[in-house]
Amino acid sequence: MLRHLSLNKETIIAMAALALAWQLASMLFPPFLFPPVPAIVEQFFNIFRSESLLLNAVATLARILGGLVGAFALGTMLALVMAKWEKAHRHLYPVLHFNQGIPALSWVVISIIWFRNTEFRIWFIMVATTLPAFTFQILDAYRSISKDLLEMSLSFRPSRYDLFRTLILPTVVPGILTAWKVNLGNASRVVVVAELVGATSGIGYQLLLMQQLFNMAGALAWTLMLVLFVLVVQRLITLIEDHVLTYRAAAERGI
Amino acid sequence: MSEPIISFRQVSKCFTGKDARAAGQFAVKDLSFDVTAGELVAVVGKTGCGKSTMFNLLAGLLAPTSGEVRVEGRDPFRDFAWFRGRIAVVFQGDRLMPWRSAVRNVAYGLELHGKPKSERLDVARDWLHRLGLQGHENDYPHALSGGMRQRVSIARAFAVNPDILLCDEPFSALDELTSEGLRREFVKLVRENNKTSIFITHSINEALQLGSRILVFRPPAYIALEVHTAQATNDDERAQLKQSILAVMTGEAAATDGEQRA
Ligand SMILES: Nc1ncnc2c1ncn2[C@@H]1O[C@H](COP(=O)(O)OP(=O)(O)O)[C@@H](O)[C@H]1O
Ligand SMILES: [Mg+2]
Repeated sequence: MLRHLSLNKETIIAMAALALAWQLASMLFPPFLFPPVPAIVEQFFNIFRSESLLLNAVATLARILGGLVGAFALGTMLALVMAKWEKAHRHLYPVLHFNQGIPALSWVVISIIWFRNTEFRIWFIMVATTLPAFTFQILDAYRSISKDLLEMSLSFRPSRYDLFRTLILPTVVPGILTAWKVNLGNASRVVVVAELVGATSGIGYQLLLMQQLFNMAGALAWTLMLVLFVLVVQRLITLIEDHVLTYRAAAERGI
Repeated sequence: MSEPIISFRQVSKCFTGKDARAAGQFAVKDLSFDVTAGELVAVVGKTGCGKSTMFNLLAGLLAPTSGEVRVEGRDPFRDFAWFRGRIAVVFQGDRLMPWRSAVRNVAYGLELHGKPKSERLDVARDWLHRLGLQGHENDYPHALSGGMRQRVSIARAFAVNPDILLCDEPFSALDELTSEGLRREFVKLVRENNKTSIFITHSINEALQLGSRILVFRPPAYIALEVHTAQATNDDERAQLKQSILAVMTGEAAATDGEQRA
C-alpha cells in the first residue's frame, strides 16, 4: 500500500530540478515575475493557516466533485439509453459529439445568460463540459461486457440484481475508474474558468485576485493547490484500480 | 421406455437479426428428437450446421421460431427461472471470469442460486479436487493452462448438481491428449452422477468415444443420421460406422428422411 503512495526517485529529482531552475530564474528576474521558491511555499502553507482561505480551496474541490458526480449520473443514464436503443444512440451521438467541440468559455457565457444562481452556473458548466466524454467512456465500458460471459451467466438463470453485481459491475468498473481520472483532470481545468461567472470564493476567484494584486507567488500557490488535489485524487483512484485489478496477469515485457 | 426428459418437436429457428446476411436463414429446421433420462447423446456435425443454436434453444437462451422444445415437460424459454439449477452448460470456450479465482469461478452458479458462501466454496473445492485441480483453488484463470481452465468450467457446471448437462464442443480447443483424458473423466462423472447429457462435437472420434447414441446433423440442423454405438462391436464395424457418419456429415451420402423422425 505505502509502496504505491511513495513517490519514486525520478519524480523527486524532476520536481527538484524544476524548483531549482525556478529559483535560479528568481535570482535573475524581478520577484513579481519569478518569486523565489520559499515565498511560493510560504504562500501555499498560508492557505492552510487561514480558515477563510482554506474554504476557498474546499469550495473549488466541492465544485469539481459536484460537477463530476452530476456528469457521471447523467452520463450513466444517457449511456444506458444509448446502449439499449440503437435509435437513441444514432440521435444522441452527434449531439454529444458536437457538444464536445464547445469550449468551456462558451459555456461560461451561456450559463451566465441563462442562470442567475452562481453555484448553479458553475455546476452547469462543469456538467456540460464533462458530460460528453463521460457518456462515451461509460458506454464503452458497458459495451465491453463479454457476450460469451453474459451467455454463461444467463445459463445459470440469475436474478437481474445478481447479474448486475457479478458480471456487469466487475466489467465496467475499470473503464469507469479510468473515466473518472481523465474527467477529473478536465474538470479541474474547467472549474477555474467556471468560477469567473461571479463566484466570490474558490481557487479561480483567488487566482483572479492574485492577478489584480500582481501577486505571482500567490497565483502559483493556488495553482499548486489545484494540481496537487488532482494528483492526489488520481493517485487514490489508481490505488483502487490496483486493488480491483489484482487478478490481471502481469506481463513481464512491455510493448 | 420412460418419458423423454428432452424433446424437440418440429423445431425451427430463423434469425431475424440486423445482420442482413444471416436474416431469414434457418439455423435449425424441423428438428425432432427425444432424449431419455440418464442418456449420453453425442451430436456431431460440421461447423455452422446449427448445433449451438439447438443448444441455446434447449438452454432457454433462444425462443424457437416454430415448433416445441420441452425439457422435463416444460418450455425452457418461457419457464426460464424454473430451470435454475436443473440445466447447466459447458461452453465451447472455458468462459471463466478472469477476475475470479478458480474456486470462485466454480462456485459462481451456486452463488447465483443463493447458496451461502461457506457451503458453495466447500462444494466448489470438492469439485476442483475431483477434477484434479487441488492446489489451484486460488489461481486466477490466466495462470491456468487451457486444459485446467476447461476442467474448472466443467466443475462449475457439475457444482450446481443439474439434471441435464449440455456440452458445446468443450474440448475442441484442447490438444488431442488433453481432450481425450478429459473426455474419459467427463463420461465417468456423467455416469457416476446419473446425469443426462448432450455433448456437441465436430469430431467423429470424440462422438464415438462418448455417446451411446450419436445424432449426425446436417445444416440447417436436422438429423441426417442416428446411430447407436452399441451396434458396433468390433473395430471393423466401428470403422464402418465412422465412414458412414463422415459420409453423411460431408454430404456425400444422401440423408434418408425416415431417420430424421426418430
Ligand atoms: N445470433 C445469431 N444471429 C444470426 N445468425 C446466427 C446467430 N447464431 C447463429 N447464427 C447462424 O446460424 C447458423 C448455425 O450456427 P451455430 O448454431 O453456431 O452452428 P454450430 O454450432 O453448429 O457451428 C450459422 O449459419 C450462423 O451464422
Ligand atoms: Mg458451435
